[in-house]
Amino acid sequence: MKGSLILKKVNSEFIRKIVEVSGVNVFACYQCGRCSASCPLVEEMDILPNQMVRLVQLGNEEVLNTATPWICATCFSCTARCPLGIDIAKLAEALRSISLRKNIDKVKINQISFGELMKLPQIALVSNFRKNTSVS
Amino acid sequence: MRVGVFVCHCGRNIAGTLNIEKIKEEVAKHSGVVHVEDYIFMCSDPGQKLIRDRIKEKNLDAVVVSACSPSLHEKTFRNNAASVGLNPYKVEIANIREWASWPHEGKPEEATEKAIKIIKATVEKVKSNIPLEPLSVPVTRKVLVIGGGIAGIQASLDIANAGLEVYLVEKKPSIGGKMAQFSETFPTLDCPQCIETPKMTEVANHPNIHLYAYSEVVDVSGFVGNFKVKVKRKATYVDWNKCTGCSECAKVCPVKVSSEYDVGVSQRKAIYIMFPQAVPNKATIDPEHCLRLVYGKGCGLCAKTCPAGAINFEQKEKIEEIDVGAIIVATGFDVMDPSLLTEYGGGKYKDVISALQFERILAPSGPTGGKVVRPSDGKEPKTVVFVQCAGSRDPEHYMPYCSKVCCMYTAKQALLYKHAVPNGHAYVFYIDVRTDGKGYEEFYERVLREAEATYLRGKVAEIYKEDGKLKVLGVDTLTGKGVEINADLVVLATAAVPSEGIKELAKVLRIQTDEYGWLKEAHLKLRPLETATSGIFIAGAAQFIRDITDTVSHASGAAAKALSLLSRNRIEREPLVAEVNEEICSGCGNCVEACTYQAIKIDPETNIAKINTALCEGCGACQASCPSAAIQLTNSYKKQLFEMISILAKE
Repeated sequence: MKGSLILKKVNSEFIRKIVEVSGVNVFACYQCGRCSASCPLVEEMDILPNQMVRLVQLGNEEVLNTATPWICATCFSCTARCPLGIDIAKLAEALRSISLRKNIDKVKINQISFGELMKLPQIALVSNFRKNTSVS
Repeated sequence: MRVGVFVCHCGRNIAGTLNIEKIKEEVAKHSGVVHVEDYIFMCSDPGQKLIRDRIKEKNLDAVVVSACSPSLHEKTFRNNAASVGLNPYKVEIANIREWASWPHEGKPEEATEKAIKIIKATVEKVKSNIPLEPLSVPVTRKVLVIGGGIAGIQASLDIANAGLEVYLVEKKPSIGGKMAQFSETFPTLDCPQCIETPKMTEVANHPNIHLYAYSEVVDVSGFVGNFKVKVKRKATYVDWNKCTGCSECAKVCPVKVSSEYDVGVSQRKAIYIMFPQAVPNKATIDPEHCLRLVYGKGCGLCAKTCPAGAINFEQKEKIEEIDVGAIIVATGFDVMDPSLLTEYGGGKYKDVISALQFERILAPSGPTGGKVVRPSDGKEPKTVVFVQCAGSRDPEHYMPYCSKVCCMYTAKQALLYKHAVPNGHAYVFYIDVRTDGKGYEEFYERVLREAEATYLRGKVAEIYKEDGKLKVLGVDTLTGKGVEINADLVVLATAAVPSEGIKELAKVLRIQTDEYGWLKEAHLKLRPLETATSGIFIAGAAQFIRDITDTVSHASGAAAKALSLLSRNRIEREPLVAEVNEEICSGCGNCVEACTYQAIKIDPETNIAKINTALCEGCGACQASCPSAAIQLTNSYKKQLFEMISILAKE
């Protein structure tokens, strides 16, 4: 995440896609950071939730390579506290969905033994598909 | 009839959406229209000259200016036409900006069609307009100022010094307002005791100022130049003519109540003088807490002690009537109750206080004598966390606006704290630091250097108690790291809100407030001191939160407005008032009820409605309520309205 910002993508398809998928107007954010201050998992994240919003605002696709959207537990603390009513949890969900649509599958279900499959709760399997797919 | 139509582009505001050529072409076909012309800015000097020239050249006897809202430039264009001899009431505005180009920006064709209809309808109206002369009415050359804070004080002094009489009505027992509660003021660090108290004394001693403290305006009737005001003078239970302000009564009073002046940081007695420098310096009994007044017997220690024999438990409130020509509303602001900020533990933790409370703690003359101690245990706080935008810039939960003064007073409080507790440390959470005033940025820099305060860029998420310590959970967005601070004291820069009771007062005055309760100005840019009701002006933070410098300027501006209104013995009023067709009126009285200005009465002898043209504001409510169209507004006759509607409704 070092180096200078490349701003030529501030008006890109990428932003439009995120806005469409999430239904969130990311441009309203004035970067007060209250989402980050509220987040119970912020210590585990590589970038803060407000930085995640910032990268989206700038159309920077690097945001898809960060762990933050995947660490998000969708507890909605950020959404509840955002003074501007931006649904940050939804934004994280949109980022995950966009990554998922790239069809990079890291969990090979056919390599899990039948015995293991029987033991694993379905919900764990489903969330595994959703979360352990695209983080490079 | 020879009508000229002038179409304004308003830069791109109108011409950017509407097809001006099409408008000109269509309007020129309308009967009576002899000239159509467009210009980029019709309200500008060349634009107005153009209209004057055409009126003369084309011998026009009516003009329609197709431009912005009449509330903006109707007067301009009417005066302009009058200067070349056209009756001003033969000029009408067709509002094609607010009604066509702005609301239908994306639909230029439909918007153009609509604009053409609006212009044609206005042409039809102006054709049957009657030329009128303004009404002239005498004025009462006295001013009522409501609110005795620094705004009301400044406005009163300016008017009184110009030689006019002023009634200054303050609902609290003393004037001084919020400013009298401040410790020191930014950026000069003047103390209010040094700069406001002398003005308060000047008010009390001024021969032209009648000071009505502990009083409230309960009714206003009449109109610009001739208001009749009822003032309730609340019972103080102390004869202020006898009271010397010695405070012996307060010493013996056994009842202690949380002090409003010290915002709960200290206690006052049930009989009290608000603060030592109070003006008037007279005692007041709080009837809700005085034992004698609550139980109707007993106690009476103050009466026994008072050396002047001023206590009078039988005193009654009284209503006084005053006549004034203009009213200035200077009711100021309040701060949001910190207990509304539950996520910050406001109202729950004793050591989470509002900035106004911290002002009292910092004040050299305050309840702690300027010693900085925290409310819970009286200890000196070594770590103080300031939370800016507490309730401001938060449309989702509290107030959407920036409270404007918090950045500066927080910086000031951090500095004063450092002066009082040199080994203490201040943290300031902020979103943006706004220092928009003369010497303000320099002051902020001074605070950074001198107070060594740690400014953290981020909005605090929550404040809670853990192991007896206040934990402030925030973030520093500049380093991208979360922040947790163990605070001894938390000061919330709570949002500024309109003053309590302002909505009720606005109703009495028949003026408007915005959705929050700030007083609504006639025009935000060009008429920020006036209300939509002529003769009523706004001074200071009642319009919107502003600092002392701006408040004083604003108040002097309002005073100048009132003075210019009352500089003559008579004033002119719009002749657009209701008239009654006596042949048709049946005296049903519908119009009397519809009129909010009490301008209509039914004549008991003839049983016909009579209009007091001096009171009539020309709103048209009577016309709408009349079942037989017997009452009609001059130049808004039923016939005219129907002709306009038939054009507007045409497919």
